[in-house]
Amino acid sequence: MSARNALDGLRSTAAVPGQKLSSWWGGAPVYQRYAVYVLLFVGALLLPYSGLAPIMSPHAKWSSILFFPIGIYVLLAIGLNVVVGYAGMLDLGYVAFWAIGAYSMADLSVRYHWTFWEILPVGILMAAISGIILGAPTLRLRGDYLAIVTLGFGEIIRKVAENAEYLGETRGINNVPHPPDITGVNIGGVDIFDYGIRDARPYYYLLVVVITLVIIMVKRMEHSRIGRSWAAIREDEDAAELMGVPTFKFKLLSFAIGAAVGGAAGVVWAAKVSFVAPAAFPFILSATILAAVVLGGSGNLPGVVLGAFMVAWLPERFRGAQEYRELIFGAVLVAMMIWRPEGLIPSRQRKAELAEGGGGSGHLGAEVAEVSK
Amino acid sequence: MKRVPPVMRLLAVAGAASLVLTACGGSDDKDGGSPSGGELKLAFIGAQTGPNAQLGINISNGVELAIAQYNATNPAKKVTLAKYDTKGDPAAAPAQADTLIEAEPIGIIGPAFSGESKAVVPKFEEAKIPSISPSATSTKLAANGWKYWHRVITNDDSQGAEDAKAILTQLKAKSVFLVDDNEEYSIGLAGKFVEAIKAGGVTPGTDKIDPNANDYSSTINKIKAAKPDVVFFAGYYAAGGKLLKQMRDGGVTAKFFSDDGALDQGLIDAAGAKQAEGAIISCACQSVNPTADNPAVGKFITDYKAKFNADQGTYSAEGFDVANIYLEGIKAGNDTPEKLNEYLKTVNVKGISKPIKFTETGEIEDKSIFYFLVKSGKLEFVGAADKIAS
Amino acid sequence: MFDDFTSSFWANTIDGMTVGSIYALVALGYTMVYGVLRLINFAHSEIFMIGTFGALATMQITGINGPFTGFALVAVLLLCLAGSMLASGGAAVALERIAYRPLRKRGASRLAALISAIGASLFLQELFATVIIPKWFAHGRGRDTLGLAQAGGEPRRLMDKEVLFSIGSGDVRNDKVLIIVAALAMMIILQLFVTRSKLGRGIRATAQDPETAVLLGVNIDRIVVVTFLIGGLMAGAAAFFFLLFYEVTSYFIGFILGIKAFTAAVLGGIGNLKGALVGGFTLGLVENYGASIFGSEWKDVIAFTILVIVLMFRPTGILGESLQRARA
Repeated sequence: MSARNALDGLRSTAAVPGQKLSSWWGGAPVYQRYAVYVLLFVGALLLPYSGLAPIMSPHAKWSSILFFPIGIYVLLAIGLNVVVGYAGMLDLGYVAFWAIGAYSMADLSVRYHWTFWEILPVGILMAAISGIILGAPTLRLRGDYLAIVTLGFGEIIRKVAENAEYLGETRGINNVPHPPDITGVNIGGVDIFDYGIRDARPYYYLLVVVITLVIIMVKRMEHSRIGRSWAAIREDEDAAELMGVPTFKFKLLSFAIGAAVGGAAGVVWAAKVSFVAPAAFPFILSATILAAVVLGGSGNLPGVVLGAFMVAWLPERFRGAQEYRELIFGAVLVAMMIWRPEGLIPSRQRKAELAEGGGGSGHLGAEVAEVSK
Repeated sequence: MKRVPPVMRLLAVAGAASLVLTACGGSDDKDGGSPSGGELKLAFIGAQTGPNAQLGINISNGVELAIAQYNATNPAKKVTLAKYDTKGDPAAAPAQADTLIEAEPIGIIGPAFSGESKAVVPKFEEAKIPSISPSATSTKLAANGWKYWHRVITNDDSQGAEDAKAILTQLKAKSVFLVDDNEEYSIGLAGKFVEAIKAGGVTPGTDKIDPNANDYSSTINKIKAAKPDVVFFAGYYAAGGKLLKQMRDGGVTAKFFSDDGALDQGLIDAAGAKQAEGAIISCACQSVNPTADNPAVGKFITDYKAKFNADQGTYSAEGFDVANIYLEGIKAGNDTPEKLNEYLKTVNVKGISKPIKFTETGEIEDKSIFYFLVKSGKLEFVGAADKIAS
Repeated sequence: MFDDFTSSFWANTIDGMTVGSIYALVALGYTMVYGVLRLINFAHSEIFMIGTFGALATMQITGINGPFTGFALVAVLLLCLAGSMLASGGAAVALERIAYRPLRKRGASRLAALISAIGASLFLQELFATVIIPKWFAHGRGRDTLGLAQAGGEPRRLMDKEVLFSIGSGDVRNDKVLIIVAALAMMIILQLFVTRSKLGRGIRATAQDPETAVLLGVNIDRIVVVTFLIGGLMAGAAAFFFLLFYEVTSYFIGFILGIKAFTAAVLGGIGNLKGALVGGFTLGLVENYGASIFGSEWKDVIAFTILVIVLMFRPTGILGESLQRARA
């Protein structure tokens, strides 16, 4: 019991500066907000600085893991958050859309010699269309039925890639070209548009730009009619439907947008690693991205980004723990959920929703349960 | 006057600080390049964990043994080994390869498997570090025009053809069933095998299994319906053992024929000694033949056992040989990757595992295939193809 | 293409039913927990995995080595079965205590519980891979797949597998009969327990409406523990049958089987005990028939495609939900 109280105490003290921060943020004038945005963007661009490497990543090349897994996880988590965090649908096969983006890049470039910039929009579109194809027949399923169907979809995509001769079976597609270079643009010792094999930084900058654009898009949606409709669906789908929200249309939209973001991540990733094979898209990755979303604070963008960063970075940081790192990672996930089930930075709105949830009785209460009633 | 909120101040300071840091950070990205204190680095890249880790561990143990023996002779420059674990997973390999390149070794042992080779060798090429794989057999690897890449094992083409010939001429098989485990290495081998065995007038039945699955009953039932004389399995031992086990339990008595990916005690462990009895496995390696006319072989076997308290396994000898090739090169004064790569062109040695001489494309000249039989729960070396029928 | 289907139809039927009954037993664990807590217990696949090692440990400790026949065989099978059920049941209860109960007490979201489950699953897998297997089971073989034949570093066998009789292409083997009959018997016992006993009534009441159940004096904590225990026991039984049939195990053995069993549970109608049985058999059979037509590499694709198709026409599975309230 006393441990429990101590835990609560810890929680409340940890919450105080957070609350101050968020109340200041709520009332901050526009120019201050934009200053913070710009600083965050610049900060992200400066992250690969080699002086950070010994602290951040003593066991693997820092700029390399900044691109993958960290950057890619962040982008995927932002995309999955649209489906899980905003619209309240459980997607356990999200990695499939990443795979579709990656295979679009690999196939169109190797077979048809398209360039990266031509493929990027096509890959995004392909992923979005797959999202709609999967969503259209299945989105009338509620809660956990949708979860298992998406899980199945993820496995189907991976297995088809493994067995289809066209996609190179398990051997995958090799020699995917990098994005076209623009040489000579040298800032701070880095050729920022020189997409070679060894320097991961140009790809990382590209990824930061993509992530920023996606954040802007998603953020605008969240505060529009679309975002409010998603919230209504998440809260109570039947009520939303009765109030005149075309729930199916908006659910499909969130699915398509989530898929499109996954597709974008796939195209960028494939252009860097230049080798795409089905082994890169296991179920556990979908689960990990979902864990990132929930760990950070489902529905809240800064939380989701932080969650993805932690989930990607911690196992790399503690590579020194060798074979025990996955073991530790699993234990940390359980501990985090016990300590902060609402996530590291929960959205205020979601917190309120949780507070009126099922409480300490038999069922685990809250969001997905709400949806699946 | 308006107070600047504390967070803003913090951010401003952090932002300014990081700007300063990058300003001086750009140029020193490449420092610490020269190897420290008269030591030279070799690197191993391949599986140390994961489902087929044993093959990778066999290699790295062989390498460690060679390096330990070299350092014990108190050379002018000691050699250290860094190991990079890819789990055998092509997706996990690139980050490890980047880390490896960062450490600036002068030679690489690996990558162990064909899939990961495709993913990372281009990086080593750009970094201009020589690599020698003891075990990656995919034929296509040699067609990339790589200049720093080598292997001490013959490719799947020659092995698939040899296997087909052995099955047709030695085992006199009239019908054959081919199962592969859908891995990079297996598909290449299976393709070549089908081609060769069809040329010999036998059209095999085929099926694929998922190495991570447990239940192969549908495959077993297909084999039973086909009633083959020989079941050829192209794949690694993890899946091969499970397949062999279920085959025998299902009453299939056909001969089981497989390849170096399955050449591991793990095959027998998973299948059971009784079920594995009589299985034939071919390898472009000798996996050290104690009867070979080479006294160093016996010494290697005992040294290995003494150091690791385990018997040497598939590719241990290849790992040992590769490390020794590098070490000889280093002894001859080749202390940069570039010089070492030039040195590799001149190599012509009688290794523990086989005679080693590289061709233009990095392939090994020697193409001999050897055969092993499972007898009372152990792998036994039998030699050339004419010995397997008995 | 269809030649294989017709020529080995009976063989695939018998094997499909054997695999199906293992799916069904594991599916029960998913269904029970889901019915009561509405939680996808992702770590259930690891509960299954632990069961195989429970049986293996029993063999190693007692030094059992057969093959046995007659009464001795029955005794040995029951002993090993007890070992695996004990291991799985214990692990399931511990899992509930550590990974789920604190969340439940805090009224956490089911999404959080799902992540906790995934974390627990990863933890248990790696615990076995890095600590338990190398220490007690591997005998110097690292984390490779372990054969029953190598348990304890020496060959071990429980029974000789004999073909009793044949139906067409299908060999009816003694171990397959044993597995199918035992699985059916366990499910009948469980069904009786849930419908007839007082605890079973409590489980059904909680599944239907936890708040009302509490008001009527049902001890929820106890019901939840019992639910996990039953799920664990059934997974343990499945684990032993699995070991008897395939004679191999490893730390990741539960993963694919778990996903398949969960698919079976949903296919039959999650929360529904009979649904687990129907789903298990359906999945086992469809997989094997499909594999004989399209090739074994398409097995998983066939399984999931069937699931999607069934859910499109029957959104709550073949038999629908019954342990809990029906949902729209």
